[in-house]
Amino acid sequence: MSQATSEAPVSTFAAPRFPIRRMLRHRSFVIGAAGLGLIVILAAAAPLITWHDPYAQDLMNRRIPPIWYAWFWDHPSAGWHHPLGTDNLGRDYWARLVYGARISLLIGFSATLVSGLIGTFLGVAAGYFGGRVDLVISFIITTRLAMPVILVALATVALLNSTLLVITMVLGLLLWDRFAVVMRSATMQARSQEYVTAAKAIGCSTPRIILTEILPNVAAAFTVIATIEMATAVLYEAALSFLGLGVQPPLPSWGLMLAEAKEDIFFSPWMITLPGIALFVLLLSINLLGDGIRDLSAPGGRS
Amino acid sequence: MLVFALKRFVVGILVMLAVSTITFTLTNVAADPARTIAGEGASAADVEAIREAYGFDRPIIVRYGEWLGGALRADLGDSYRQRRPVVDVVMERLPVTMSLGGLAFAIAILAAIPLGIIAGLRPNSWIDRASLTFALIGQAMPTFWFALLGIVVFSVTLKWLPVSGSSSLSHFVLPAVVLAYYATPTLMRLTRAGMIEVMQSDYIRTAKAKGLRTGKIVLKHALRNAILPLVSVAAVQFGFMLGGSVVVETIFAMRGVGYLAWESITYSDLPVVQAIVLTIAAIYVVLTLAADIMNAWLDPRLRSN
Repeated sequence: MSQATSEAPVSTFAAPRFPIRRMLRHRSFVIGAAGLGLIVILAAAAPLITWHDPYAQDLMNRRIPPIWYAWFWDHPSAGWHHPLGTDNLGRDYWARLVYGARISLLIGFSATLVSGLIGTFLGVAAGYFGGRVDLVISFIITTRLAMPVILVALATVALLNSTLLVITMVLGLLLWDRFAVVMRSATMQARSQEYVTAAKAIGCSTPRIILTEILPNVAAAFTVIATIEMATAVLYEAALSFLGLGVQPPLPSWGLMLAEAKEDIFFSPWMITLPGIALFVLLLSINLLGDGIRDLSAPGGRS
Repeated sequence: MLVFALKRFVVGILVMLAVSTITFTLTNVAADPARTIAGEGASAADVEAIREAYGFDRPIIVRYGEWLGGALRADLGDSYRQRRPVVDVVMERLPVTMSLGGLAFAIAILAAIPLGIIAGLRPNSWIDRASLTFALIGQAMPTFWFALLGIVVFSVTLKWLPVSGSSSLSHFVLPAVVLAYYATPTLMRLTRAGMIEVMQSDYIRTAKAKGLRTGKIVLKHALRNAILPLVSVAAVQFGFMLGGSVVVETIFAMRGVGYLAWESITYSDLPVVQAIVLTIAAIYVVLTLAADIMNAWLDPRLRSN
């Protein structure tokens, strides 16, 4: 395994390692990319694919069930005007789901960006310099791991303010541990390669070596962790919102929609089913994409 | 071995110290505790009076030292809301959470290890694919959604299990399964990967060549090595489950530490929140310490570094 890694043409992996054909043959990569792509398109084109305002209440038309209630059970109020029905305030469920995707994606992506920056900085520093730097950073990582994420996130968001920015920053500041751990070992591995020794020998400066030799070679590992962490951030945002301390009403977060639908669990079970499915599909897509990238970027490549 | 254990112990103490500093800073700098106790509609004079009465006007380092000194004597102050010692408030909730966590952990291990072994023995078979799919679904299934679906199916429709509470064993079934499914995928994937790796090793080939039965090879030779990495991850997962219990206990209204955490955060009962974060961190530190020592005992190679 380690032999294969050291012999692979690491510095030029970007082009030959991701041939389109191999990517298209990889089933979980294709399914994951398609699922995530679909959700991104729906979120971006939200105003085009729904004619409803996700905030507009219609108290005369509350808790209308989705269209298939008209098909199978002849439900009188279900119809095409509200294809996925309405919530307990008469707001169109499809519109709220589509606009909710924006929040999940925005927080998931930005929080991963923040945690990726912190984790990569710490991990690369620990892995490249080793010694005392590594000792201190490893201690910081251990401390972070000892703190229960969901609890600290809940408390911090409650103490500060439940704005999107605060939620993103809190999640970003808490979820960098996996980046740091993986970047640290990837950097350690890259540091002992001959091209780094060569760069040192010809007198390259440390920042230059890190930027041009180390970072490109830990990029694949970064991408894999980024997918895992994006899924985690999306999940935590939904959990915080579900517990009432994340995204605040009337914003359409999927976790918040689940919390609001909880009251109607006995009579309108579809109301908890739909946001849950949306969340499940998004998380599944991101995870599948991550699995695909991991397989495709592995030296030998797996089927 | 003793030196190794001692070193880890010292690191554990330092981690607890760091966690306590962060927790204290967060709850005292990010928010003004006097304003929190006074409530939303309090006047500036009221807030000032509370600030003096509770001693919040003194420098933060003095207050931290005092709090830490108290913490060492198992005194974490009084709950703002319940007006009695925080330690009592948290301790009386601990049994529910520990039983829930223990039960969920047992279910997760009982599901993950056999599945992982079978899947790892026959990679790419139908049973391997089925368990990987099971793990994939588990990873993408939000705990709170799974819990709600469980309530709809087993409590509302079938009426087999109670909806909420924590007074009898039947109250623990659904929450424990939900929490277990959250931890199962990681443990299963790890067992599977370990099994695949070990089964390709030379000593297994030797055992096969000697004509040992498959069952004996798996149980006596392969499992022991395949499960090594599982010990430390299992400790981490148990810690995660204690964190995850905030969500599960809140949904099922179980009177455990997780539910207490959620209540205390909503009511800004900061001393209780501090204490819960510290308790969970302490449990995590003890577990990882135990796992490190156990691993070093199982695998002498680890003791040297």
